[in-house]
Amino acid sequence: MTVLLPRRQRRSGPDAPWIDDGAGHLVRPYTVSKGRTRPTAHFDLMTLVRATGRRPAGLQGPDYDRVLGLCDGPVPVAEVAAHTRLPAAVTKVLLADLVACGALTARAPAAVAAGPAPRTDRDLLEAVLHGLRQRL
Amino acid sequence: MDFVNDCDPRLRTDAASEPFPTALKILVAGGFGAGKTTFVGVVSEIEPLSTEELITQLSAGTDDLSGLADKATTTVAMDFGRITLGPEHVLYLFGTPGQHRFWFLWDELSHGALGAVVLADTRRLDRSFAAVDFFEGRGVRFVVAVNEFDGGHRYAPEEVRAALDLAPGIPVLRCDARRCASGTRVLASLVEHLLTPVPALTATPELP
Ligand SMILES: Nc1nc2c(ncn2[C@@H]2O[C@H](COP(=O)(O)OP(=O)(O)O)[C@@H](O)[C@H]2O)c(=O)[nH]1
Ligand SMILES: [Mg+2]
Repeated sequence: MTVLLPRRQRRSGPDAPWIDDGAGHLVRPYTVSKGRTRPTAHFDLMTLVRATGRRPAGLQGPDYDRVLGLCDGPVPVAEVAAHTRLPAAVTKVLLADLVACGALTARAPAAVAAGPAPRTDRDLLEAVLHGLRQRL
Repeated sequence: MDFVNDCDPRLRTDAASEPFPTALKILVAGGFGAGKTTFVGVVSEIEPLSTEELITQLSAGTDDLSGLADKATTTVAMDFGRITLGPEHVLYLFGTPGQHRFWFLWDELSHGALGAVVLADTRRLDRSFAAVDFFEGRGVRFVVAVNEFDGGHRYAPEEVRAALDLAPGIPVLRCDARRCASGTRVLASLVEHLLTPVPALTATPELP
């Protein structure tokens, strides 16, 4: 039986992403990992990290070992978090510590402009398209 | 000794011997049960993974963030997948929870994203409205993939387009999220869409 599809109303007016009728405010806690704060603002879920081969002098604990063990090749913060099953915010604190002591090197994700692709992005998109088609 | 205990929080980029690949990101959104976890898992070259983000729930009307660490903290899981496209490019997929209340998370996720796939289940199309609202409002380009569930009525893409009130040019595709080739084709269609110029009239969302 065909059922008429519900119709979406375009939203007008400013969005209020922080407020949810049912749940009140949802916010990201800024204090994690034993109450410490760390300047982790530079870490995005897509920041790539890789071990440098230097030992993490001064940092001890199974969490550090586990995190470092996942970083042989370039790996994004999100993947480290997924494998360790630690929340991303906690993972970022541990990774920031490891970068600070030289055991890891990190690279921020490439900035991709939203909206129409400028010429410089076209090569990138073509490369992605080519890579995807090769998998078909 | 070459060890430097450098507490500078800025990320170093010079220590690498070999270059980092370019990491790219596509979001997979849609309502609960639309097939996000299935889609991300099947196109990914690694086992299905999920990344958890901490969220804290404050009672409505609370603006004071001090002592936030004491508030009840829960996590929300995002599906995570990887497709290595070559030595220079790696594509990461994030399956994002659908509800409006997670929009703060989508803000971070959509930053730097190439674009998005909105999975739609026509048996409950209204569950995909939040994702369409979000990407439309933020100017993130997207395609709609209609997941054809067994037993569901097959709507024509034009019927789905009309119900979602999509701007012209936004592709509406059929997909079976359980099949890798189908999901990969949806991703390729998104990238093809990104390569088309944005129509001037629809480049900005309609405002009242
Ligand atoms: N027939 C059919 N079933 C699907 C498809 N995609 C997902 N499913 C099933 O729908 C259910 C919900 O999918 P899931 O990926 O968990 O949805 P999510 O809530 O968006 O992550 C699962 O039982 C899937 O096996 C599809 O394309 N076709
Ligand atoms: Mg899921």
